[in-house]
Amino acid sequence: MPDIATLLQVLLIVVKVGVVTMILFGLPLPLTWLERKVAGHIQVRLGPWRVGPHGLLQPFADMIKLLFKEDIVPYKADKLLFNLAPLITMVPAFAVFVAIPFGDSVMIPFINKEVTLYISDMNVGILYILAISGLGVYGLILGGWASNSKYALLGGLRSSAQMISYEVAMTFAAVGVVMMTNSLSLVEMVKAQSGSFLSWNIFYLPVGPVWFVIFLIAGLAEINRIPFDLTEDEGTLAAGFHTEYSGMKFAFFMLAEYVAMVTISILAVVMFFGGWNAPLEVPVPIPPIFWLVAKAAAFIYFFMWIRFTLPRYRYDQLMTIGWKILIPVALVNLLVTGFMRI
Amino acid sequence: MLLSYLPILIMIGFATAMALGALFASFLMRPRNPYREKLSPWECGMEPVGDATGGHFRVHFFIIAILFVIFDVETLFLFPWAVLLTDKSISLFIFAEMIIFVAILALGLIYAWAKGALEWV
Repeated sequence: MPDIATLLQVLLIVVKVGVVTMILFGLPLPLTWLERKVAGHIQVRLGPWRVGPHGLLQPFADMIKLLFKEDIVPYKADKLLFNLAPLITMVPAFAVFVAIPFGDSVMIPFINKEVTLYISDMNVGILYILAISGLGVYGLILGGWASNSKYALLGGLRSSAQMISYEVAMTFAAVGVVMMTNSLSLVEMVKAQSGSFLSWNIFYLPVGPVWFVIFLIAGLAEINRIPFDLTEDEGTLAAGFHTEYSGMKFAFFMLAEYVAMVTISILAVVMFFGGWNAPLEVPVPIPPIFWLVAKAAAFIYFFMWIRFTLPRYRYDQLMTIGWKILIPVALVNLLVTGFMRI
Repeated sequence: MLLSYLPILIMIGFATAMALGALFASFLMRPRNPYREKLSPWECGMEPVGDATGGHFRVHFFIIAILFVIFDVETLFLFPWAVLLTDKSISLFIFAEMIIFVAILALGLIYAWAKGALEWV
């Protein structure tokens, strides 16, 4: 029989998980609006404007539209896998957030109890994130295969080949960060970078910036965004692996994509930009979580900016970048980092 | 210890429940009007030819998958080493060891490169 303290801890975990899940489910609403607004302004348009002030209600209209869309399952499709694939993509994208730290502990005023701003501080945090986010590939390839459509199959194969290729480079970047901070736990990683912005991993010269560039390129490819959005190459592949999906199942794929973008942004901040640490001592008290959110938001904006600025790579160029440039550079950088740390 | 892994299970349960809830809500509201043409796989409006999942795909995807397995497992071996690297009593020894390991890894990459496994024509 578990005692009261353990039960309270479990209750706290359930509450935290509930809050994080709710936020993640709601996140695509502001992000889709922002993405279209950024697109509009970069292309000298207004972006969404008609639905609500400044088009702010546009994502809600989109949500209602997706809810009311007919659910189409192609008659040749493998019904079970076709229905399962969106869930297999979406659930791991959410499960990653168990290990992501948003801040150190805070005092809750009324019950006088200290609560940590992360769900769980696993001692294998970074390894867990890499492993679970890698599971999303199964959803893509199963969705592409189960649709039994040529475009979807090709899209599924291409996206899985792309994602597994860049996962190697991403793992190398993670090893680099582990070497610089001596810990697999993300909370320890952030604590190792406390102080001014000069103690952030990005300023661990000369290897820090190289690891960051490797991580950023691999991350862009992992979340399938331009210039690496070969999975949704509409010029050659219709819509890639989700060609045959409609309604809510299509929405789940999009949701997973947006959640993955947020994950990569927060990971970049935690691994290289000091997490919730302030860049400089500020005289006014600013809650640490503000810094994490601000830095992550800057990264999200950066990804959107890139999307509407750069063209798309060809598939052979994608493979060349992944295997012939990123991995050799990572191997050399690994030895240099090791030499610096011993 | 176990308590730090319990949230994973809870999170998977929550996410699945919310997804199924959204699917159910859409099930109640959406129209149902299927006919053969609408349910056919999308092929630019033509009558679809043959089966897409007959097992025909480029062997190159398979080669990439094998390369991935090799390299990913080898990067996994680097993690314990990376954590222990600053331990002064063994650091020089494990650093030398890792140079050999990375050299073998690089040799594998050079071999795959020379054999043309990384070319995509």
